[in-house]
Amino acid sequence: MTVTKMYTDLGQEAVKNKGWLRAHKWLLLRRISQLSILFLFLLGPLFDIWIIKGSMSSSLTLDVIPLTDPFVFLQTLFTGYIPVLTVVSGAVIVSLFYFLVGGRVYCSWVCPINIVTDAADWLRRVLKIKTSLNFSRVGRYGLLVVSLLLASVTGMLVWELVNPVTMIQRELIFGMGFSWIFIVGIFILDTFVSRRAWCGHLCPMGAFYSVIGKISLIRVNAVNRADCNDCMECYAVCPEPQVIKPALKGGADRSPVINSGNCTNCARCIDICAKDVFKIKHRFINSTTSQHEVHI
Amino acid sequence: MNNTANNSLKSRRKFLEDISRAAGGAVLFGIGLGLYSQQLKSLPAGAIRPPGVIDETDFLSACVRCGLCVRDCPYDTLKLAKLGEPVALGTPYFKARDIPCEMCEDIPCVVACPTGALDPGLIDIDDARMGLAVLLDQEACIAFQGLRCEVCYNVCPVRDKAISIDRSHNKRTGKHALFIPVVHSSDCTGCGKCEHACILEAAAIKVLPTKLAKGELGHHYRLGWDEKRKAGKSLVTPDLEHKYNLPEGTKYDYEKEGLIQPDATPFNESALDRLNKGRL
Repeated sequence: MTVTKMYTDLGQEAVKNKGWLRAHKWLLLRRISQLSILFLFLLGPLFDIWIIKGSMSSSLTLDVIPLTDPFVFLQTLFTGYIPVLTVVSGAVIVSLFYFLVGGRVYCSWVCPINIVTDAADWLRRVLKIKTSLNFSRVGRYGLLVVSLLLASVTGMLVWELVNPVTMIQRELIFGMGFSWIFIVGIFILDTFVSRRAWCGHLCPMGAFYSVIGKISLIRVNAVNRADCNDCMECYAVCPEPQVIKPALKGGADRSPVINSGNCTNCARCIDICAKDVFKIKHRFINSTTSQHEVHI
Repeated sequence: MNNTANNSLKSRRKFLEDISRAAGGAVLFGIGLGLYSQQLKSLPAGAIRPPGVIDETDFLSACVRCGLCVRDCPYDTLKLAKLGEPVALGTPYFKARDIPCEMCEDIPCVVACPTGALDPGLIDIDDARMGLAVLLDQEACIAFQGLRCEVCYNVCPVRDKAISIDRSHNKRTGKHALFIPVVHSSDCTGCGKCEHACILEAAAIKVLPTKLAKGELGHHYRLGWDEKRKAGKSLVTPDLEHKYNLPEGTKYDYEKEGLIQPDATPFNESALDRLNKGRL
């Protein structure tokens, strides 16, 4: 394994072993998910078909089901405002959903900014950009605390004045203002300044969903970790590579479940792995399949 | 052993460094953002919130910027503030001169609001207080030139209560009347139809956020005539008749007849005498 291999031949072995489609299965599914959710929101304003109304901050599906972003909702609570029932139930429904499927599924399967930051990461690899500047991965939790504190001190949803995530979603759905500047900014930041800077280090919304997903049910599992040939490609594609090691290389006494709330369940590691080490499982599957065979 | 201790010291040091770097950055950023947010606490004069809006400060904490009110507005009156506009990002507002509020009877925007930022207790649209119309430019308003216009009065959905026409004397011609539109804050909903309809190039009557438009009487003020009416009698000893320092033999009545000369001698033939009395 060499570092150069990581940048040039990424995924080639998986494509050879599994075929292009299977080596991109989860990536394609995620793109379909992200784009169709956006499309569902646009069906109303573009074609007058109102399946879902509103924006990703808060919406109404089929005129019945309220859905509210729990992070925005939490900021509202921190301002001291006591909201009405609709928004409470909307936030509860969404929280329960992510509690089941993994908090940061929001980041990798719903949030349109993920497409931007994935593209930036791809360009980084293609252009072989290596920068030494690293933000702290704890920074996002700092911003999370600050965003909630600011809400409570000022009595306003202060983070929502600059939150690129909700801003871009809203302007995509309601008409573009200048929020594209934030898209460009995040793209430049992720490409030229620091790898995965926004989603993996700074975004407090992602940090919030990490907290929700801390003990969520659906997990990526290094179930066939005995087959790992140390090609390191999963680390190269993973937006949060620090989450892989404990599960993959933790030793026989460590669970193969990727247990960090930071894992986005994007399943790109499953795609990229030529040895099919990773699978999506629920969190209570702790045994590995081929482990004991190897030990025998 | 020494090595492990060293390592754990190193990793603890790294961890603390990491935390303080993150905290420092976040706090600095937070201070900047907090200061920036203060600029948006008050609504700019041209932006009007939807019907049922709660107090602006509460509104900024309650509104989740979802745009459901905008979607359910049948007249495309409401917009969400975009980046670069002086209204808090993502919150709904309208500009009366562009598209005013049509005051729908079923108030769909309020029904759509999931958070209560638009008060669901608003049932009658006439009770809405989005802002207050003010006839700002009396120099430009043609009613003040003595011309008949009254368009703002005629389009007002709460005509005669929110806007009435008060007549006064036209000093320029000396014989005509001015038909002056007067807004009454007790009934004006702030829908902005008057501002929208104003025939001038730039509206003379404008809807302003209520806070900006309204004055407030000192809380200790008591209006004598109100108190007298409520009590059914005068609450203070009536004033003594005011004594003016006037020429001998004359009286002065402030509100009625002015200078009175009860003992005026009848006119005599002397022209000089008549002149001195101011009468010819």
